[in-house]
Amino acid sequence: MSTSSSRLERLLALVPYLLAHPASTLPDLARTFGISISQLRQDLNLIFMCGLPGHTPGDLIEVWFGPDNTVSLSNADTIRRPLRLTTDEALALVVALRTLAEVPAAEGDDAVRRALIKIETAAGQAAEQAGRVAVAVEAEPGVVAAAAGALRRSRRVRLAYYVPGRDETTDRDVDPMRLLVTAGRTYLQGWCHRAGAIRTFRTDRIVRIVELTEPATPPPDVGPLPDALFTPSGADRLVTLLLEPRARWVADYYPCESRTESGGGRLTVTLRSRETGWLVRLAMRLGQQATVIGPVELAVAVREQARDALAAYSSTCSCG
Amino acid sequence: MAGMSAAKTERLLNLVLALLSTRRWLSFAQIRSAIPGYDVAEEDTARRMFERDKADLRELGIPLETGSASVWDDEPGYRIARRDYELPEVDLEPDEAAAVGLAARLWAEAGLAADASRALLKLRAAGIDVDGPQLSGLEPKVDAVEPCFEPLVEAATRGRPVGFGYRAPGAPVARRRLEPWGVVSWHGAWYVVGHDLDRGERRIFRLSRIADEVRTLGPPGGVTVPAGVNLREVVRELVPDLPERPVRLRVRTGAGHELRRRAQEVLPAGAGWEEIVVPMRDVGTLADEVVGHGSAVVVLDPPDARAAVVERLRGLARTGT
Repeated sequence: MSTSSSRLERLLALVPYLLAHPASTLPDLARTFGISISQLRQDLNLIFMCGLPGHTPGDLIEVWFGPDNTVSLSNADTIRRPLRLTTDEALALVVALRTLAEVPAAEGDDAVRRALIKIETAAGQAAEQAGRVAVAVEAEPGVVAAAAGALRRSRRVRLAYYVPGRDETTDRDVDPMRLLVTAGRTYLQGWCHRAGAIRTFRTDRIVRIVELTEPATPPPDVGPLPDALFTPSGADRLVTLLLEPRARWVADYYPCESRTESGGGRLTVTLRSRETGWLVRLAMRLGQQATVIGPVELAVAVREQARDALAAYSSTCSCG
Repeated sequence: MAGMSAAKTERLLNLVLALLSTRRWLSFAQIRSAIPGYDVAEEDTARRMFERDKADLRELGIPLETGSASVWDDEPGYRIARRDYELPEVDLEPDEAAAVGLAARLWAEAGLAADASRALLKLRAAGIDVDGPQLSGLEPKVDAVEPCFEPLVEAATRGRPVGFGYRAPGAPVARRRLEPWGVVSWHGAWYVVGHDLDRGERRIFRLSRIADEVRTLGPPGGVTVPAGVNLREVVRELVPDLPERPVRLRVRTGAGHELRRRAQEVLPAGAGWEEIVVPMRDVGTLADEVVGHGSAVVVLDPPDARAAVVERLRGLARTGT
């Protein structure tokens, strides 16, 4: 798309926006449209030059600057409504709403479904292609709806949670903060009283969830969360694996700090984890499809576990 | 350059205003005399400008119509029908508007992020407050997408067949030709679903294994998606799925929780051990999972599953020695 047509697209939204929000301030407008204040001034000056054929003063769009950095606009009835959604825009919104609609909501909360119907109607034909993109979300209906209900009522919950790194289930009281939907899974994030810290729980590993009568008292500000989910900390172990072509999926599944093509379709990746147990499990299940480059203790742990397990096979029989 | 661009934007905006405000068809000559910017000396130059401008407007999704005032008039006329141009009234309740704003965050910086934010801007321009507080506490996000996401979505929505190099697990890169039906995110990975033109059947391809540029192989409208296709179901169905067999495992007490959750039977098997039966579809997948548990989970039968685990353990026990 050329610079002038993407600028035209912005102007065709800026005019109706200003008609709907008279006396907007320049900084607010610049933020909403993602442009600098000087670019915004240039846009407004350009709009001021445009109007209906004839282009007499009465035909032109009027723009005036008010006190406190505000701006208003009039005589632009021809473009008082924004342009329709394009196919791609309708696709982006409708697919996103359909994805959210896959996540069980708290009882009585059907805002997503109502919004979806209205957006599909407004998009008309443009929404017809939305079925060409889909995001499947695994969200355990009972657990997620219960967590959403507790969030809505700001109540503490008691979780029985399965920890694969230690292969055990623990009970913990959690003040829910939000439900994260990412990587096709749903996570409950909250203040964990057992850990005395914010923790993120995979909902498919929540074996049981019970809403308590105590109010939830999570810390007030939790910052931008979705990225924090996978932000490894410096204390985690850094592991380097050489992946054979068949194990390249590891780089797709786990957040890697680096990935380097290593010839013949092989890939060298480094990843961090706090759980040594989890790393040993991963290395073992990859078997011949991956080589532990470092640290050497991980390679040793994998080898020892394999020998222990082989011993278990020679002492059991398959004749059962 | 900036000046030229501003002049062009001004001409385009005036053109939109003129074509929206007319009920009659406007001929090129009328447009040329009415809109500053087309009043250049050479008529051919002005015509070329106008041709490019029409293409630009259509690219933005502006429904520019072509017709003529009467059968005797062979000079084409132009106009924009307001009902086709305008975003219809969208009467969203505050919680619905907030849900739309929230849903758009799904794309974060990935995939359709630019389209989602342009769509939100149009809704804001219609006076809808999509930035209001939302109560659900949901934070949606899809995974970063591969560079081939965009061309595949475009091909699927336009109905164009595509070709690409594909690196199947354990195989060299091979050329594949596909009539794409859609693009699906499943368990955190993106797949394209469609009719494989070389194999003559339904196939799925993982986007992260597409090794090079996606090329379109035909004009839009060349792909017919079979009626009633549900992309999520196709992916669930085509991600390798073999008949189930029972597998008997000896599991140390307190270990193998994920296996236990799938267990159809759990029997005591001496102090500190249980015997469980879980369904197995693919021997390799089960063996990979069992190997991860080391000596805490042992396959009792069937023999092929047992052999697969032993083979993997032997390989691991040999490494580095």
